[in-house]
Amino acid sequence: MTTRIERHHYDVVVIGAGGAGLRAAIESRLAGKKTAIISKSLFGKAHTVMAEGGAAAAMGNVNSRDNWMVHYRDTMRGGKFLNNFRMAELHAKEAPDRIWELETYGALFDRTKDGKISQRNFGGHEYPRLAHVGDRTGLELIRTLQQKIVSLQQEDKAETGSYDSRIRVFAETTITELLLDGDRVAGAFGYYRETGEFVLFEAPAIVLATGGVGRSYKVTSNSWEYTGDGHALALRAGATLINMEFLQFHPTGMVWPPSVKGILVTESVRGDGGVLKNSEGKRFMFNYVPDVFRKQYAETEEEGDRWYTDPDNNRRPPELLPRDEVARAINNEVKEGRGSPAGGVFLDVSSRLPAEVIIKKLPSMHHQFKELAGVDITKEPMEVGPTCHYVMGGVEVDPDTAAAAGTVQGLFAAGEVSGGMHGSNRLGGNSLSDLLVFGKRAGEHAATYTDALPTRPRVAQSDLDTAVETALAPLQRDGGENPYTLQQDLQAVMGDLVGIIRRKGELEESLVRLAELRERVGKVSAAGGRRYNPGWHLALDLRNMLVVSECTAKAALEREESRGGHTREDFPSMRPEWRQVNLVCSLDGDKVQLEHKPLPKMRPELIQLFDRTELSKYLTDEELAEFDALAEEAAK
Amino acid sequence: MGAKRRFKVWRGDETGGDLKDYEVEVNEGEVVLDVIHRLQATQTPDLACRWNCKAGKCGSCSMEINGTPRLGCMTRMSTFTEDETVTVTPLRTFPVIRDLVTDVSFNYEKARQTPAFAPPVGVPPGQYRMQQVDVERSQEFRKCIECFLCQNTCHVVRDHEENKRAFAGPRYFIRAAELDMHPLDAKEDRKEYAQASMGMGYCNITKCCTEVCPEHIKITDNAIIPMKERVVDRRYDPLVWLGRKIFRRDQLDGAGQAAGTPSLVGARTEGSEVEQHHGLNWHREIPPPQAAPVDETGRLPISEITADRAGGPSPFGDDQTFPLPPEGLNYAHPERD
Repeated sequence: MTTRIERHHYDVVVIGAGGAGLRAAIESRLAGKKTAIISKSLFGKAHTVMAEGGAAAAMGNVNSRDNWMVHYRDTMRGGKFLNNFRMAELHAKEAPDRIWELETYGALFDRTKDGKISQRNFGGHEYPRLAHVGDRTGLELIRTLQQKIVSLQQEDKAETGSYDSRIRVFAETTITELLLDGDRVAGAFGYYRETGEFVLFEAPAIVLATGGVGRSYKVTSNSWEYTGDGHALALRAGATLINMEFLQFHPTGMVWPPSVKGILVTESVRGDGGVLKNSEGKRFMFNYVPDVFRKQYAETEEEGDRWYTDPDNNRRPPELLPRDEVARAINNEVKEGRGSPAGGVFLDVSSRLPAEVIIKKLPSMHHQFKELAGVDITKEPMEVGPTCHYVMGGVEVDPDTAAAAGTVQGLFAAGEVSGGMHGSNRLGGNSLSDLLVFGKRAGEHAATYTDALPTRPRVAQSDLDTAVETALAPLQRDGGENPYTLQQDLQAVMGDLVGIIRRKGELEESLVRLAELRERVGKVSAAGGRRYNPGWHLALDLRNMLVVSECTAKAALEREESRGGHTREDFPSMRPEWRQVNLVCSLDGDKVQLEHKPLPKMRPELIQLFDRTELSKYLTDEELAEFDALAEEAAK
Repeated sequence: MGAKRRFKVWRGDETGGDLKDYEVEVNEGEVVLDVIHRLQATQTPDLACRWNCKAGKCGSCSMEINGTPRLGCMTRMSTFTEDETVTVTPLRTFPVIRDLVTDVSFNYEKARQTPAFAPPVGVPPGQYRMQQVDVERSQEFRKCIECFLCQNTCHVVRDHEENKRAFAGPRYFIRAAELDMHPLDAKEDRKEYAQASMGMGYCNITKCCTEVCPEHIKITDNAIIPMKERVVDRRYDPLVWLGRKIFRRDQLDGAGQAAGTPSLVGARTEGSEVEQHHGLNWHREIPPPQAAPVDETGRLPISEITADRAGGPSPFGDDQTFPLPPEGLNYAHPERD
């Protein structure tokens, strides 16, 4: 059979048009490389627009004591010290420059009184640090980068007569396979959603910026595109994934009405006085304060309530415990039959604050519930429950160059698809700055990599034929299962067995169920033709979702402790010896392999930014002894 | 279990199509996009529809519901009566690709033609200083989620394909206004440019765009009217006014932006006058000749494989689309005389 394949030649192909992808593309084009941006949706619709809070950068505009070292410390703490220290360091150092750069592209952040970029407080950040635009910072970021790309295209038009001569956006295009020449990246194969026609991008360097994997879960704040494409493409090309067991579940997603299930209710609702209640009307969070936090949290409702006005003399209410603790508590209340009608709990701000204060402080939440749910939050409580929000794990990369680890060369990754930066748990605000810092680095180093290549790698015809065959298979198969049913079944397995609270038996069962699903996905069939056929597209995405889910389930079964975004009921505490371990997934044929790899060790001057009492909660005795020796030497 | 409700959904492609009837279950609290998803999952897996965030933040699921341009994810089923048939059709202003998906590339073309932010010369990154009150005006327009409902509903281009070339549409008027009001933008002639080259003169402020905006941006009041007013200020020159009274419009081609307007390369005349030109138009704009794209050696690419796009370079330049606009041609169709 012959199939028409459109061919394009580029120096750098960026897969993904969210914040990280666009930033990488800008950098690669500025380095003089002919760059293509592949976007699964229309240009500018990326999931980055959902980010509300802001972008964390230690500019010190609001509190001049803030600097990169404080930001670094906060990031490591947030990730429970499992972060790749070098990534956290680069991120903290470079974030301010990346934010200031956006202003030269035309971004308009909210301002301080003296005209600088305003910064807001956020969970886990010691000082006000998040550059923001109301609660639509993600949209501002995407629009700014999108418009910068247009402005580069206008420059190119003036010079060459064509907008697309040096940087071109391929909207509604999905990549299904990376093609290699030996170990080197040679190209990317995919299809146009509109026409179903195939397209081959021949390029020596590819940047993955495809985002996360949330679509494998039933309740998620992620959009349909989040099917782990980049994770799976990387695996199949010989790269490795790390930290895949760590998923962030946001404790308060909307659970009613069904159409908005999963959509986030910002943490500020609780920060500004909202309380969590069960169906009996009880503020249950007081029953869920773990021992390690006992001293920092109020024991009575009265004390908790006084904290809002007098934080210095009172302890904070337990509604403000870290995200994972709150998510677990809600989960338990619902399981024990004290949940709300829609399977969540009540988040009530209406009985706590006057209506005009709520509207002033939480305008977008007021708007969101009114428009989407028909609920007036000044009059009635919201129904909320945990929702799958972010994957900390991803492609294992070199911290400085963003080059993927493993056997493949010429592959780079940035943003949510890469792993290591956030350790076991991401701080709010760190993802927008992450994608700018490492997006830029990925674009820059992809460009440098192509300079050093003696010859351009070539795509083998046989690989191309296989890719075409795989892509067409669901359309040509008759009598297979409906892709939508398979997706629902996969979501059920992941949500029920590899969810917030994990148990050995369930994880083992999930692996069995995933193996069955693999058989069924192998036989999936899609009705209809090739033109804009969402059933076919989902059938192709399923195999990515499946392999990434296998990595998560395997790593979750292996890691016998609870840390950040990974909670094991049978191993409820953090264990220092597990902090030294990264779980690395690779693909052998189509089997997921898992191995232990030591975590890179922090440089002396970085570890000395922490005090000993804090470190003692995380480090093993040997590591502590080493730290003491260092401290002694420094004292001399 | 929800009740069955009746839906009519337009199915087809650029060759044609029609409304198909569906009976589908609807549960309490659902929106139209949920129903489209249920149709995909249970009855017609290849029903094409764009969507992303499902929270009114990305602007992907634009469609026409009972004839009104709306976001599918923001239209609650409870706004219809139980026995009402809900009709869902694709955006009318843009060419259909398949089912509810339309070709919105018109908007991306117009985005490229709108001059970008011009950073202030000599102000290094990190040294930008602006007051909150000054950025807020532009911030209102930067809330735009690019759902293109305003572009779709605007009567200048809805059912008037011929106006599309000269008219950028409300989305890009607010972009121009946003940059015009940006405290540090270095480009000075945003208003004149919007009038002369983006076709803002076509807009007769009927506010349809403001009505459909899901972000409630005051497109007409806060962007278009201020942009028009100040352009009018500068254009109200007594000599020009007298000229308009004395001469016929076709003798005055281009007089509209003559006075006090900086010269703009490629600035167009108001295209609404095109209809009046039958036969020879001595003032027509002649497209500048374009060189074909060459490689570093100064040669044309030998084959498609080395060229930067599929298909050979057009001898007429790459931004030329056919058929050519009538004002660029000296041709009178016999039937029209």
